Amino acid sequence: MSFDKTTIARISRLARIATTEAEQERLAGELGGILAWVEQLDEVDVEGVAPMTSVVEMNLKAREDVVSDGANAEGILKNAPKSAHGFFVVPKVVE
Amino acid sequence: MASTIEGATGTWEYVIGLEVHAQIVSNSKLFSGASTEFGSEPNTQVSPVDAGMPGMLPVINMTCIEQAVKTGLAIEGTINRYSVFDRKNYFYPDLPQGYQISQFKQPVVSEGRLVIEMEDGSEKVIGIERLHVEQDAGKSLHDQDPSHSYVDLNRSGVGLMEIVSKPDLRSPEEAAAYVRKLRSILRYVGTCDGNMQEGSMRVDANVSVRKPGGELGTRCEIKNLNSVRFMSRALEYEALRQIDILESGGKVDQETRLFDVGRGETRSMRSKEEAHDYRYFPDPDLLPLRLEQELINGIAASMPELPDAKRHRFMAEFGLSPYDASVLVAEKENADFYEAVAEGRDKKLAANWMISELFGLLNKAGKGIEESPVSAAALGELLDLISDDTISGRTAKEVFAEMFESGKAAGVIVEEKGLKQVTDTGAIEAVIDGVMARETQKVEEYRSGKDKLFGFFVGQVMRASGGKANPKMVNEVLKKKLDG
Repeated sequence: MSFDKTTIARISRLARIATTEAEQERLAGELGGILAWVEQLDEVDVEGVAPMTSVVEMNLKAREDVVSDGANAEGILKNAPKSAHGFFVVPKVVE
Repeated sequence: MASTIEGATGTWEYVIGLEVHAQIVSNSKLFSGASTEFGSEPNTQVSPVDAGMPGMLPVINMTCIEQAVKTGLAIEGTINRYSVFDRKNYFYPDLPQGYQISQFKQPVVSEGRLVIEMEDGSEKVIGIERLHVEQDAGKSLHDQDPSHSYVDLNRSGVGLMEIVSKPDLRSPEEAAAYVRKLRSILRYVGTCDGNMQEGSMRVDANVSVRKPGGELGTRCEIKNLNSVRFMSRALEYEALRQIDILESGGKVDQETRLFDVGRGETRSMRSKEEAHDYRYFPDPDLLPLRLEQELINGIAASMPELPDAKRHRFMAEFGLSPYDASVLVAEKENADFYEAVAEGRDKKLAANWMISELFGLLNKAGKGIEESPVSAAALGELLDLISDDTISGRTAKEVFAEMFESGKAAGVIVEEKGLKQVTDTGAIEAVIDGVMARETQKVEEYRSGKDKLFGFFVGQVMRASGGKANPKMVNEVLKKKLDG
């Protein structure tokens, strides 16, 4: 699979990463190369083999339903560029 | 009941499918130990996991999964012993991770069904495509500041069940019946409180129109409907809008729309259109969810009686009408109250008193059954006083109003106000004799064929007894005396 510039532009828009046209040109080549490398795996016949979900055979870790966290609004807001009255404050996003 | 719409080019029918987001009843969130309680100060129930802090790992709350399994069994779904959590990627300020952990290809429940009852008594089976578990997002407030939005992450990460129906609904009434029934079931099994005002249950509706039985039309999705009434109005508006477009030769665009409650219309959420590429992939932080058959069996064994089963039992065993049975089972609290009242008593009498008297006064007072000033035991005592002829049905209504007002027991009120019915034949005969001695003229008229006067005598006797004579006995004795 190879990439064209339009696809790169779309991916960067979805990822909210700004790219210039020149960068898109370069990224199309780089990402295409990476995908081509990964596509070598298609040569392996995996018919009937279940996808591997973990390198160790184990079950999903679970928790008890108890409240053990929270009550730390100040700490949670500490890294916010802007906050007020206990809320995160962000540029207006109303529809 | 399916309903159709007459357009300029003929009859159209609705095709509706609903996605209901139901907040799971649990103490802590789906993947973190923060509390799920509603209405707390902003950002006080947020763990670093819910805030999307780098390096934090989600750990599943098994209770949330058990709740989803319970719900799956209640909608007669297939419980998948192997399911997978995926990331649904999109950007929004109330989604700090940049993705929602959800289930895409392999949900925990698939292929269920739900029976809806329409007002005309007919029933219809609505297919349920799937039920999957996912995280809720935070909450944005847009009206606090002219140029900023405020974000509260207390809801971020709370467990949700998304329950997706098949496009089997054919009218806003059916859609409303479906939501009410689903809500009732969720409340019976205790997996969601069903509180639509607080957002514990939110509905997205997919709607399209077609000529009856024809090809499916292009659908639109109306997001975030938080009341059954608004949903019905939104569906009606949206169907008419689509018919207008189609009949004037246009084409319906598949898009997401919002219902503007104030204007009563739906409008396009244009800015979200291009964001619809969610790039789902299995969440590398979470292993697949495997459920032991014993766990599922254990949950199945603990299921309470569901509304349909209860309704059928009330009809078959208690002889209640379909309508009365439906009214009583819709809320589990009402059904439990009714069973406590009806235990060892006349089932229909108990049903009548609950539906017409108790619900009447509760509605007027704006109270739910859990706030009823009259307990089940107290109402039962009142019914006993009717059944053993201590008071007449008419007096009982008076006593009941007083019980509702003062919280006093029925027996106490009857005693205090001297409302006890007179059932002593001798006493009743004495009153009748008194009335007949006073009304000799009327007695004569009656005896010479004017039987219409019987009612007059009953009235006189009841009045003379202060309304306390047993009406049935008055009738009997009076008849004997007048005719004799």
